[in-house]
Amino acid sequence: MSLEIGSPLTIGLILLVVIGTAAMLITVERRLLGFWQERLGPNRVGWFGSLQVVADMIKIFTKEDWIPPFADKFSFVIAPGIIMSAVLLSFAVIPFAPDIGVIDSNIGVLFVLAMASLGAYSVMLGGLSSDNKYALLGSLRAAAQMVSYEVFMGISLLGVVALTGSFNMREIVEAQTDGWYIIPQFIGFVIFLIAGVAESHRLPFDIPEAEQEICAGYHTEYSGMKFGMFFVAEYIGLVLISSLITVLFFGGWLGPSFLPPIIWFFVKASAFIGFFILMRAAVPRPRYDQLMSYGWLFLLPLSLVNLLVTGVIILSTQ
Amino acid sequence: MIALFYIAAIIAVIATVAVILQTNIVHGLLYLILSLLAVAVIFYVLGAPFAAVLEAIVYAGAIMVLFLFVIMMLNLGQHTRDQERKWLTPRGWIAPSIMSAILLGQLVNVMRQIDYDIVPAQVGVMEVSALLFGPYVLAVELASILLLAGLVAAYHLAKTK
Amino acid sequence: MIKLIVDTLLSQIRTLWLVFIKLFQKKDTVEYPDQQPYMFPRWRGRIILSRDPDGEERCVACNLCAVACPVDCIALQKGEMEDGRWYPEFFRINFSRCIMCGFCEEACPTNAIQLTPDFEMAEYVRQDMVWEKEDLLIEGTGKYHDYNFYRVAGKKIEGKDKGEALNEAPPVDVRSLLP
Repeated sequence: MSLEIGSPLTIGLILLVVIGTAAMLITVERRLLGFWQERLGPNRVGWFGSLQVVADMIKIFTKEDWIPPFADKFSFVIAPGIIMSAVLLSFAVIPFAPDIGVIDSNIGVLFVLAMASLGAYSVMLGGLSSDNKYALLGSLRAAAQMVSYEVFMGISLLGVVALTGSFNMREIVEAQTDGWYIIPQFIGFVIFLIAGVAESHRLPFDIPEAEQEICAGYHTEYSGMKFGMFFVAEYIGLVLISSLITVLFFGGWLGPSFLPPIIWFFVKASAFIGFFILMRAAVPRPRYDQLMSYGWLFLLPLSLVNLLVTGVIILSTQ
Repeated sequence: MIALFYIAAIIAVIATVAVILQTNIVHGLLYLILSLLAVAVIFYVLGAPFAAVLEAIVYAGAIMVLFLFVIMMLNLGQHTRDQERKWLTPRGWIAPSIMSAILLGQLVNVMRQIDYDIVPAQVGVMEVSALLFGPYVLAVELASILLLAGLVAAYHLAKTK
Repeated sequence: MIKLIVDTLLSQIRTLWLVFIKLFQKKDTVEYPDQQPYMFPRWRGRIILSRDPDGEERCVACNLCAVACPVDCIALQKGEMEDGRWYPEFFRINFSRCIMCGFCEEACPTNAIQLTPDFEMAEYVRQDMVWEKEDLLIEGTGKYHDYNFYRVAGKKIEGKDKGEALNEAPPVDVRSLLP
């Protein structure tokens, strides 16, 4: 048993750290949102509110796990499992450090995109099987939003892939030794950031679960641990998007050598997690049709132009 | 690898049969997605990871989502389930079953005659791309023109006056 | 078009920055049980019945507070002592109805009923919210220290006849026509 790519110890540690980070994010987000709204946030349980996550977990585990009698039980039960496994499987291809990771795959970026598109089913099935109009509205919105933004997400990544010449995430990181891809691929980065927020349906693009309009959207009928799985999967998705941005545009584990590579990775990913929480605190939610027309009429042409220009530059410098 | 192939193959066959036998259309669609994912695993085992991931992204991830999207709008309930059950009578099964059995027999016969190595060379992204934009560039361009036409038509239909 | 895009982008970045620097600014939260807020003297909170400087009850059971109360949460009954003073036999305030409007304090002619800055009145049993005279009456004058109703009013009680009150002229004999 040693720390190398794909050993059981590494896989276990990665799972533990990812789920632990996602659970801690529940507290961290509430605390940061509090600070940004001139409040203090939860600070009563434990040292400066550090045990708030334990309290939340106890609450969510001991709640009644109710399945509505009118729901389609089969789809209702598997829906939270799909998104949980999809986001956790995506971490298989993330390179955390030179010798830490689950697999070294030649199709890493595509694998993440595939898992992201499978995650859409969870949201749709959850809303459809609840047999509730708010849930159905939420999952209709989720379906259209996720399918649309998958497109821009994929195209915005292709600039990075073209510069590296590989879908392998480790090769992408190693190709950034001379300079991070944020500089040549700035437009791709911005599009990926926006599409990533929309893909993990967090604020400001939380239109599928807009509390003020349609209760909680697709998970209106969920309670107890099933709701908990949706909830934690959203935070794991947040960690995933932050890790992806770190790997694809900010050089992954690369950094000055006074810190070990894994620490550099965590520092960069944490900065993006903080940025996403800041976006939640600061930016208002757009209307649904604004989101769609913004995506198809602005982001799609922009990402295509970005890809085209990148291709032209690569070809002309060869 | 051989075991993985057979497991995925059996899952694909069972899931595909379940798609036909399910009366609840959403469950049937779920089995169809499962079948597509099993086929993706088979592609991966056979040494075509790019095709496997594209199967997952395009078929399971995009096209089936649109199927589900349409089903959501249709307001299907118990009456459609009863209708489906009525259609699944033994009489309607006979002709397609016989024809499929003949086709299966033919397929098995052909497979027995070819000496086929189950793990061929890896076909990666580079090879597929080189083929797509080399010998098959005309087909790719035609397909993309078709898709563009579809896109423009959909935009025109969806545009409000 | 370009100007619109740039303006929108700058506006969003400015929003993010303005919210971000809130991290280092003073928070508005008052951590209440640990950190007691300053209560102003005229805050309208828990109702009390005060006594005059001599230590007698100020309330004369005039019922004006009960009439003024918009939610009808005050109930009392008049009693009379041997020396002629009026007093409430019982005085009951149902604080589960009281809205702390202070109309009773405005209506009171003797400054007996007063509102205090205390607001921590939560109870687990609803019946405990009904306060009787023993609970309401305090040993003190409340906000008005020198005021004594019977010393300034014309009402005759034992040891103070008509016309003997502060600033009061002796009663006029209406049967006499002398100036």
